[in-house]
Amino acid sequence: MASKRRYRGIDQLSGRDKVVVGLMVVVPTLLVLWLVWIPAIGSVLLSFTNWDGIGPLSDIKSVGLQNYRDIATIYPPFWPAIQHNLIWLAVMFFIATPLGMLFAILVDRGVAGTRFYQTSIYLPVVLSLALIGFIWQLIYSRDQGLLNAITGGTTDWYGDPSVNLWAALVAATWRHSGYIMLLYLAGLKGVDPSLREAARIDGASESTTFFRVIFPVMRPINIIVLVVTFIESLRAFDLVWVINKGRNGLELISTLVTQNVVGEASRIGFGSALATIMLAISSVLVFIYLRIAMKED
Amino acid sequence: MSVTADPVQDRTQALLKPREGGPQSGRRWFLPVILTVISLIWLFPLLLALVNSFRDYAYTAKNGYISWGGFTLDNYKNAWSQGDFGLHFWNSFIITVPAVLLTLFLSACVAFVVARFSWRINLALLGFFMAANLLPPQALLIPVYRMFRAIEVPFWFSESGTLLNSFQGLILVNVAFQTGFCAFVLSNYMKALPKELYESAVIDGASVTRQFFQITLPLCRPALAALAVLQTTWIYNEFFWATVLLQQGDKYPVTSSLNNLRGQFFTDNNLVAAGSMIIAIPTLVIFFVLQRHFVAGLTLGATKG
Repeated sequence: MASKRRYRGIDQLSGRDKVVVGLMVVVPTLLVLWLVWIPAIGSVLLSFTNWDGIGPLSDIKSVGLQNYRDIATIYPPFWPAIQHNLIWLAVMFFIATPLGMLFAILVDRGVAGTRFYQTSIYLPVVLSLALIGFIWQLIYSRDQGLLNAITGGTTDWYGDPSVNLWAALVAATWRHSGYIMLLYLAGLKGVDPSLREAARIDGASESTTFFRVIFPVMRPINIIVLVVTFIESLRAFDLVWVINKGRNGLELISTLVTQNVVGEASRIGFGSALATIMLAISSVLVFIYLRIAMKED
Repeated sequence: MSVTADPVQDRTQALLKPREGGPQSGRRWFLPVILTVISLIWLFPLLLALVNSFRDYAYTAKNGYISWGGFTLDNYKNAWSQGDFGLHFWNSFIITVPAVLLTLFLSACVAFVVARFSWRINLALLGFFMAANLLPPQALLIPVYRMFRAIEVPFWFSESGTLLNSFQGLILVNVAFQTGFCAFVLSNYMKALPKELYESAVIDGASVTRQFFQITLPLCRPALAALAVLQTTWIYNEFFWATVLLQQGDKYPVTSSLNNLRGQFFTDNNLVAAGSMIIAIPTLVIFFVLQRHFVAGLTLGATKG
């Protein structure tokens, strides 16, 4: 049999091979279809219904855009949540990400002890945000926290709705900037050294070299960092959930969705409308990310 | 691929030689000082937790945290028993290990097909998986939760009788979400392998299965190692799905179980610190021992190797 086999090009497939290749694609595809894409479509469809989650699926009635109208008009936590997500995004974008970039530039200069600096700054990246919430409790706690001990204040940093978002954001920045530093360090290493050399010979200052030469060259990384920052800000959840389940000053869209499903009041249609809003925002970001990531192909 | 600092260090070292009269020559102490300060600030919260996890609650309650003394190991003993960490570590283990292995296997399959055969749908296929990796999990919660509750499984498969509140369900969700990232990284890696390797295998009549297991996978070992380290950390740290899909406290993995150390009205922060350290140990060990893989895994996705 084997001797009869003729070479018909590298992509030739026997009947059995075709089955194997098919399975290699179909099995993972079905899994992701089942647990990601069908739920995504399900969220969108359910958002136009009034399902309370108790009755049979046949009881579902379409209510058009009613859920969306309710969210915007008679659901008090919604606008604060949007505002908090935007503040979250702004802090990550204007503070955490530039900080990470700055760290990358400083670390990349390669002074003695670089490994120590680099390691210390990205150590928080390996910790879960849930754990980070607990670690920062030592600093933020009202009665025993370090911050109040130093300042002599009595602020409940995690509880007081006027400050707890900012307290959470400091902890989130602590982790995010390490992550961004890592991405930029990889980016800086990929920059052709002769570019720097050329800029130096032309007499460009350090900062001119960076902003006019290095930064533009890192465009793919810049965009990936940008999208990562946006997506992470939209998905922010663990940290506020361990602090107080996203209430009382820490409402985020992600926590509202969760509260509407696993909480006491399970309002499926309503929660789905919130989920759909999240999906709509993220799909724009995902689209941008995919275009960049796959451009080379 | 390699992310060690050395080549860069050499290069930057050369560039950093102070120019005569240049701005560098007078301020060489400046950068190390700034970096040291930043590093210490960044390490501080962790060091604070570490130090206080060894301190007696009564002592710090009386003297405050700006004090020194009251050292004890009791917090660890109490945290371990009160938080039931033996059980929760076991839960984490039986969730993380199968999830990582399955993720790597399935994503290697997808990546292999995408990289090895040139079909038109390849890009769409990869996009299908990667987008899944980036969607916010909360937005998919309702249908997943409802489906899992409705799907009945035999009791030998899961004692809860449904996929909800079962380890298998949680593992599958983790796999579905992580496959995209790994498939993307691995497909880039596999595309860089020379086609000739397969050519001779095909002429020898090696089946696709053999090509996959005996040529591709062994050559992808560095990428697989990096991804394994990264995924282990991520799935171990995963909080959201574990919290909502597992409904019994005794099924929680460690990351979701820290709440056990929080009293209803009163929280012993030193106890929580000890618990936090216990939970952080596996990831910190991974971090220090396999740091290179961890960084490689994170940056592989962003920079295409």
